[in-house]
Amino acid sequence: MPKEKFTLLESTCVPLPFENIDTDQIIPARFLSATTREGFGENLFRDWRYDKSGQKNKDFILNNDRYGGKILVAGKNFGSGSSREHAVWAIYDYGFRAVVSSFFADIFRNNSLNNGLLPVIVPEKFLENLLDLVSNDPDRKVRIDLENQVISIVPDGDSVQFEINPYKKECLLKGLDDIDYLLSKKDLITAFEKEKKAKNEN
Amino acid sequence: MEPKTLFDKIWDAHVVQSVEKGPDILYIDQHFIHEVTSPQAFNGLRKRGIPVFRPERTLATADHNIPTKDQDKPIRDELSRNQVDRLTENCRDFGIEYFGLNHPSNGIVHVIGPEMGYTRPGMTIVCGDSHTSTHGAFGAVAFGIGTSEVEMALATQCILQPRPKKMRITVNGKLGKGVTAKDVIMYIISHISTSGATGYFVEYAGSVIRDLSMEGRMTVCNMSIEMGARGGLIAPDDTTMKYLKDLKSFAPGFDWDALLSEWKEFQSDPGAVFDRELEINGSLIRPMITFGTNPGMGMAIDDTIPDTDSISADDTPSFLKSLDYMGFVPGMKLLGHPVDYVFVGSCTNGRIEDLRDFARVVKGQKKAPGITALIVPGSKAVEKQAVSEGIDIILKKAGFELRQPGCSSCLAMNEDKIPAGKYAVSTTNRNFEGRQGPGSRTLLASPLVAAAAAITGKVTDPREFIRQNN
Ligand code: SF4
Repeated sequence: MPKEKFTLLESTCVPLPFENIDTDQIIPARFLSATTREGFGENLFRDWRYDKSGQKNKDFILNNDRYGGKILVAGKNFGSGSSREHAVWAIYDYGFRAVVSSFFADIFRNNSLNNGLLPVIVPEKFLENLLDLVSNDPDRKVRIDLENQVISIVPDGDSVQFEINPYKKECLLKGLDDIDYLLSKKDLITAFEKEKKAKNEN
Repeated sequence: MEPKTLFDKIWDAHVVQSVEKGPDILYIDQHFIHEVTSPQAFNGLRKRGIPVFRPERTLATADHNIPTKDQDKPIRDELSRNQVDRLTENCRDFGIEYFGLNHPSNGIVHVIGPEMGYTRPGMTIVCGDSHTSTHGAFGAVAFGIGTSEVEMALATQCILQPRPKKMRITVNGKLGKGVTAKDVIMYIISHISTSGATGYFVEYAGSVIRDLSMEGRMTVCNMSIEMGARGGLIAPDDTTMKYLKDLKSFAPGFDWDALLSEWKEFQSDPGAVFDRELEINGSLIRPMITFGTNPGMGMAIDDTIPDTDSISADDTPSFLKSLDYMGFVPGMKLLGHPVDYVFVGSCTNGRIEDLRDFARVVKGQKKAPGITALIVPGSKAVEKQAVSEGIDIILKKAGFELRQPGCSSCLAMNEDKIPAGKYAVSTTNRNFEGRQGPGSRTLLASPLVAAAAAITGKVTDPREFIRQNN
C-alpha cells in the first residue's frame, strides 16, 4: 500500500543531545497494548515528558514551546534495544519525518525506513555542531534533500552527504511499500520452495 | 570453493533473489509471533484481503502481556486482555498454531521454540522481538524484526534484508566456579559496548562456548542484541544434537534423518574470513553485575564503578545521567549495597538450568526479610520440570514462590512492576530506565547472583555461597 512520499524536508529541529536513547525511552512497554498503529505520539518519550504525578516536566524539550519541527536530532546510538516498531510509529505520529544522529541501531533503522521516517546518519562532528546550533537557536532550519542525499543547515551553514541504500531510497521517494514488492515475487518464492524441498529429499 | 562462514552458508541457502543494489529476499523457515508486535501486521493482511502465505511455518504464543498468577481466570487489564484476544482470533482466522494462555506448551516465545523442537540447525528464524537471537544457539540464523517485517513474513514467508557483516568472538580458557553463561555475555558486552557489534552477525566460538550447555548457549546468543548485533549463533555440535534428540516433543516437519545427514556442514570453514575477530580469555571472567542504564555498563561484582577519569569527555554527561538515575556515584563499590527486589526469569535466564542454579544457592537458606522475589519460569514445560525436580518445594521452604510463566517483570507490561526508586537484581537482559516499571533501578546479573542477593538482601558475591555449600 503506497505510503507518504519523502523527497525534500526543510524544518526546524528538536535537539535531544543524549546518547544511547533506547526504544524503551521512546515508548515505554506499558503503552504497547494497542492493536493499531495510531495514537502512539501521545506517549512519545512518556517518562521524560511527564513526571510521576502525570504533570508535564517543564525541563524536557518537547514541553518547551520554543522548540518544534519535523526533524529530531539525537545523540549517537539512537534506537537501541527492543525491536518495537511502536517507537517509530510514536515518533512519526508525533509529527517527526526524519531523525538525525551519528549512529542508529539496526532494527530501528529498518523500522524507520519501512514507515517513511528517514534516519539520517551524519559524522559525529557535524552532529555535535548541529546539536549546539539548534539548541541555541530554535529557529534554525535544516534541509534534507533525499534525492541528492544531502543534509544542510540553512541558509548558509554546513552541509554533508549521507548514505542510504539505493533500494530504500527509491521506496521512500516513490512512497513504495516492501510488502507490495514481495507480493509481486510470489511465483519466484514458490519456485524457491519447490527447489529447496527437492534438494532436501535427495 | 572459497571457505565460508556458517552464517553465510545458511544465509546463501535462503536467498530467493537479491534486489539490485538493494537487500536480499530472504526465505524464512520459522516465524514466531506474539501478542504485542503482531496485531498491526494482521490488520495489514486484512486490509489487503490476503491470507497468511505459509501458516504452517508460523507459531504463536501469548507471553509479553499476561499475568503470572491466576492464569486460569480472565486477564484483568482490559487492554492486555484485548491484545491476547486479538491474537487468539487472528490465529484462528488465519490458521496458525497457537500456544495460548493455559496451553501446556505456552511460554516465552524464545523458550518454547527451542524446547518444542521448532528451532533447528541451519534454519532462518524471525520474530517481532529483538531477542530472537536466542535461537542462534542451535546454529540457526535468527534475528528480531519490526511489525512491518512481521507482515512481510506472514504475507510471503520472506523479508527484505541487507546482508550484515560477520564477527567472530572466541572465548577460550575455562570458567571459574560461580561464573555462568550470563557472566560471559555480560563481560563481552561491557567490553565492546552496546553498539560495538551494530551491523554485525556474531558467531561465538572457543572452548568456553563449547563447554556450555544448550541453555547456557541460549543465554549468550540471547544478549547478542545488547551489543547491537543483528544476531548471534553457535555452530551445532554433539551437545546440540543430544539436546535435540532428547526433546520430548517434535515440531511438525522435524526430519531427524535429514538433520543427521547435514548438520556437520553447519560450521564455518577453516580459513573463512570474518569482518572482525575478537578473542576473550574466559578464565578471567568473574560474576558480573551492571551499575548503569544500559547493558554495556557492567563490571565484575567485586569491582568498583568506574571513575569519571576513565570515561571520555563526550561520554561523561550520559554516564553521569545514568548513575544519577541509579542513585550511584563514580568510584563506588556495589558489594553490600541493599537490594529490594529479585527477579528470576525471562528468555535470558528463565530456563530449567537457571531455576536449578537459583535453587542450588537458596536451598536450606531463608529469603532476606526486605526482599520481594519474583521467580517466573520461562514456560509451562520449565514450570513442570521444576516441579518434578522438587525445585518448587526448595523455593517454598526458603520463602519463595514459583509463579506462572511469562515475560513478567522483564518488561513490566503486566502488573509485575518494580516500584520507582527500588533496586532489583534481575536475571533479564535490559537495565534501561523504567524497563521494569517507571523509576525502577535494575542490576542485571546471573541467577546465582540473584540468589545470593535474595538471601542476604544485598549485592553479594555468589562464590561465597558456592564455597560454603558445595
Ligand atoms: S522475556 Fe523479556 S526480553 Fe524476553 S521476549 Fe519477553 S520481554 Fe522480551
